[in-house]
Amino acid sequence: MRHHIRFYLGQTLHEVSDLSPTHTVLDWLRDQKGLTGTKEGCNEGDCGACTVMVVRLENGQLTWRSVNACIQFLWMLDGAQLFTVEHLQNPDSSLHPVQQAMVDLHGSQCGFCTPGFVMSMVAYVQNGGGDDPKAINTALAGNLCRCTGYAPIIRAMQQARRIMVQQGNRFDVEKQDIILRLSALQDGSSVDIQNTHGRITLPANSDVLAAVYQENPKATLVAGATDVGLWVTKHLRDLPHVIAVRSAKDLHKLEQRDGGLWIGAAVTYTQALPALATHLPDALETIKRIGSTQVRNAATVCGNIGNASPIGDGPPLFIAAGAVLHLRQGDTRRQLPLEHYFVEYGKQDRQPAEFIEGIFIPNQSAQTVMRAYKVSKRFDQDISAIMAAFAVSINADGEITEARLVFGGMAGIPCRAKMAEKALVGQKWDMAALEAARKAIQDDFTPLTDMRGSAWYRSTVSANLLTRFFEETAPQGSAQPICLEGWREISHA
Amino acid sequence: MLKKHINAPTTVPGGATQSLKHESGRLHVSGKATYIDDIPTPANVVHVVPGLSTKAHARIVSMDLEPVKNFPGVLCVLTAQDVLGENQISPVGAGDEPLLATDEVFYYGQPIFAVVAETRLAARKAARQAKIVYEDLPTVLCVEEARQKGGDMVCRPLEMVRGNAENALENAPKRLSGRITVGGQEQFYLEGQAALATPGEEGEMRICSSTQHPTETQHMVAHILDRPSNLVTVEVRRMGGGFGGKETQANAPACLAALAAEITQRPAKCRLDRDDDMIMTGKRHDFVIDYDVGFDAQGHIQGVDMLLAARCGWSADLSGPVTDRALFHADNAYYYPDVRLRSEPFRTNTQSNTAFRGFGGPQGIAAAERVIEEIAFATGMDPLDVRLRNTYGRQDKNITPYFMTVEDSISREIMEQLAEECDYRKRREELRAFNRSSKYIRRGIALTPVKFGISFTATHFNQAGALVHVYTDGSVQVNHGGTEMGQGLHTKMVQIAMREFGLPENRVRITATTTGKVPNTSATAASSGADLNGMAVLDAISKIKERLISFAATHWQVPESTVHFGANGVQVGDNCIPFVDVVKAAYMARVSLSSSGFYKTPKISWDPKTGRGRPFYYFAYGAACAEVAVDLLTGENRMERVDILHDAGQSLNPILDIGQIEGGFIQGAGWLTMEELVWDQTGRLRTHAPSTYKIPACSDRPPIFNVKLLENSPNQEETIFRSKAVGEPPFVHGLAVLHAISDAIASIADYRICPQLDAPATPEQILRTVERLKKQKDMPH
Repeated sequence: MRHHIRFYLGQTLHEVSDLSPTHTVLDWLRDQKGLTGTKEGCNEGDCGACTVMVVRLENGQLTWRSVNACIQFLWMLDGAQLFTVEHLQNPDSSLHPVQQAMVDLHGSQCGFCTPGFVMSMVAYVQNGGGDDPKAINTALAGNLCRCTGYAPIIRAMQQARRIMVQQGNRFDVEKQDIILRLSALQDGSSVDIQNTHGRITLPANSDVLAAVYQENPKATLVAGATDVGLWVTKHLRDLPHVIAVRSAKDLHKLEQRDGGLWIGAAVTYTQALPALATHLPDALETIKRIGSTQVRNAATVCGNIGNASPIGDGPPLFIAAGAVLHLRQGDTRRQLPLEHYFVEYGKQDRQPAEFIEGIFIPNQSAQTVMRAYKVSKRFDQDISAIMAAFAVSINADGEITEARLVFGGMAGIPCRAKMAEKALVGQKWDMAALEAARKAIQDDFTPLTDMRGSAWYRSTVSANLLTRFFEETAPQGSAQPICLEGWREISHA
Repeated sequence: MLKKHINAPTTVPGGATQSLKHESGRLHVSGKATYIDDIPTPANVVHVVPGLSTKAHARIVSMDLEPVKNFPGVLCVLTAQDVLGENQISPVGAGDEPLLATDEVFYYGQPIFAVVAETRLAARKAARQAKIVYEDLPTVLCVEEARQKGGDMVCRPLEMVRGNAENALENAPKRLSGRITVGGQEQFYLEGQAALATPGEEGEMRICSSTQHPTETQHMVAHILDRPSNLVTVEVRRMGGGFGGKETQANAPACLAALAAEITQRPAKCRLDRDDDMIMTGKRHDFVIDYDVGFDAQGHIQGVDMLLAARCGWSADLSGPVTDRALFHADNAYYYPDVRLRSEPFRTNTQSNTAFRGFGGPQGIAAAERVIEEIAFATGMDPLDVRLRNTYGRQDKNITPYFMTVEDSISREIMEQLAEECDYRKRREELRAFNRSSKYIRRGIALTPVKFGISFTATHFNQAGALVHVYTDGSVQVNHGGTEMGQGLHTKMVQIAMREFGLPENRVRITATTTGKVPNTSATAASSGADLNGMAVLDAISKIKERLISFAATHWQVPESTVHFGANGVQVGDNCIPFVDVVKAAYMARVSLSSSGFYKTPKISWDPKTGRGRPFYYFAYGAACAEVAVDLLTGENRMERVDILHDAGQSLNPILDIGQIEGGFIQGAGWLTMEELVWDQTGRLRTHAPSTYKIPACSDRPPIFNVKLLENSPNQEETIFRSKAVGEPPFVHGLAVLHAISDAIASIADYRICPQLDAPATPEQILRTVERLKKQKDMPH
């Protein structure tokens, strides 16, 4: 058992024990280290001005993750190496290629968002990101700029990437050192820090987690902190005792098993994305639009379930896929169809000291057609007004044998449109069935009006998404995806 | 004396009118550019956090601040009673804006008290401990409600009348009327409001503030502290964005910091949390505009009557000049033969709306463009043809509703050039063909112009000062009254010195803007920064150069006409002498190497009482063409291609100007599409952080985005090197997107019905318009 956390800031090892459970990386950098290059723009992980790069050793491989320092707690850095904008310049003080390209192509105006952009861009290239504008959009969706309109930043990204692919950069040179350094930090031990600020527990595995949580059922479980972070930065909550999820090595499993995909509680959306995209092809775009790259680098798939937000985008998708939640309390384990986890707004079927070990998503049958649609005011990094995930099984006779029409944003919990489902089952997937479902869905929900959309909008769009589903999948539909083809390739340099 | 026999070239690389990188670019990318919160502070700095009203309109029955005072780490709590001078920060002297509320609150988010604590976290936590008992008073939240409940206004309304609109409307072959609603907009500068106050000797106070208006901040702090302005110095090196949101709204944080610093006699910082910032500070005015237009079958406008009502919020702030400017732009690029324009600046129990890039102009232009669109549908013409048909002429049809003669109209030429270059007409036909066969995805295209008046409409603001020092090593320091918020103003000022003195960039240093160097400045606003300060800098430099030329002519015995400053040095007769040597020799001869500079814009005047004058020195022009796709099932939409042709005169720095155009366009498009401010029924702003208020992200820019400066178009007025202001005008180009979406929607009814799409055109707004149009289509005409 260790009683401090250990991590590198740039090249310097830090061992810290005098920290509070809620001390953020951003405040530590700015207030304690005097590193003010990392900016606070919103303090809720939405603007990206505080983006830093966290390097970890995962299964022997280095991962370079951009994260929002404002909603990452300092203790989450245990075992990692943190780089900020101050660490990019070469020893001869020349600029990193990303920085140089941003200067040369006028990627900064007021400059306040710039360090965050630079860090996202560096992380993108370190992860082998390509020249595709779509991929760059996705990588930078979590960085807001109010001055430039983004075009020069994208040009800088493309130029910097070309230079780095040709000439490399300092991180390529330092890779082996980083691996050695981070390997030396992997001691496999749990961490427990108790001080005047509170208590921080980083269990080394799920058995330790289960035991600690059972002894301290009022402690707060924290995985990626992309939600809990806001409890602290916006609601100013104290967290007397936090228990980390992601320190438990065995919760990082992401594997194909028993006819389905297993996603452990510590797996982030970024880590899960390739497997999920294979498993549920339609999840790809939806998940790319959950939060931002920084958020998905921190946020876990299971955390998105655990926090039980009625507007989380993961749950409708997984419910439609028939996912099963695996819960554990001490040594007791149970399984629960995901849809039953959400009881009502603010209430889940989770007992004190019980935690999510992982989620199992069964393979979809060949007869199942699935689609997922996320509707929001802004295409990227926006909370859905409506999230819909539809899975319909059709037998050889063209008859619908099962329908799972799941919505987020339509009620206090993610839930199925049971009346609409009923209208479909046993029918042919034809216009009549569509009309019946469109009608029935109005009885399924009484949505709210809020800043993301009115009740009218939600009702209307919920039915219209059935139409979209029909057009895309029904024999009488157009069989063409109905989506805005907004991203044709840029036709000029 | 080293003499070189080289002819100095006339232009200096990177000097004014050439592209040069942003002076702070290297600092930006390396995190070394200092913003307010990055300034190293002494260990004893205190932190100030305001406590905000949770009622839109209420009497404060009682206020228990004991739990706040007793919160660990709290030093004191400031209320209205603690204000040393007058508790008043109205920037226009309206006397309606207390720094801290007294017995009544007028909006949800109004500062009532301020916590001063050892840490910012302690102050933030303590601010939530206040127990305030309110007695609710009637609220007015929007324009409609204001009209119904008596129509209280924050300032005088304005009326502009030329000719007889009523007669013209009655006599016109065709006439129609309608209403457009245009939403507000949060500035969303990435660096929130922040100020650091440091007390000095005998009542001195030094303020580092993220403000667009250091002089006003200085005056406000002096008033609040009850001391003369000469004890208060306000400095700003740069802002992390301003966009108008720091023209007056930076005053309150600076005053609170100053008050805390004075009372504790410790440095005090007030940096607003993003949510507090958005809940507290003013935004772009939203407007409801009723229009009545008469025209003929060929689309010629004959008469226009418009009523432009704005939600101004709880106090006057800048709403007077903002609503005035809406009227000044309700013609956009078009000649109205007979016209009446009226404003209604309504008081509401919401944030006091304020400056935001365009300052009411874009809202007025939105109405003008709706009128054009209505005429196009009513006549069956392409809206572009209606536009071309009604633009201001150069010889006739050139009098604005405020009796200014438009002398430089190039709207028609710009629109025609852009239409041709981007193949507008062919693409329009292709999109219509596409729409005929596409059930749910519809595409639209629109080409809209902008004509934007340049100058503060309050004539006295059109002045500027500068201070230029030449040191004996030949290095130059430039200071001026403008502030840098990312727009590249400082870069342009450096370029002027480079060009005039013949120096490379590393010999010219721009310093932070400070009221101690250049006093009595105007806000960096109204696109005026480079126009005003550039001429003031040029004036200061010219004075120094005159002295140097006079000295050199005498010293080296050559005619004055043979002394020139070039990139290789100073040409003195046949000799080229390094600048530093000329400067050293001048110093030895006791020639002053420092000068202030001053400028006031010529020709302008404006009298709101008569509604006549020449409020603008000149106009900036441009046009944008946008193509969009709209999903009729959800209202989701994407920009697919945008082409912009913009007039920056003889650009001071083409690459920076293109940056202003690209950025301004995206900001304008955001305003009209995804950016939506939502207040609930209690007057509480529900979109108070980037999680709920969505500004355009990276993927929202059009994948095809061509931006060009109009070539060979020097300003016909004698501006700095014949350039044109470029801050606000490009913002208006966003309107092309709104109209392109409208065009896509119009396909539902076979382009027979004007969709009357209001802004912001969120997916919901679009879907509502789609559903309405479907119904209208089936109704008999």
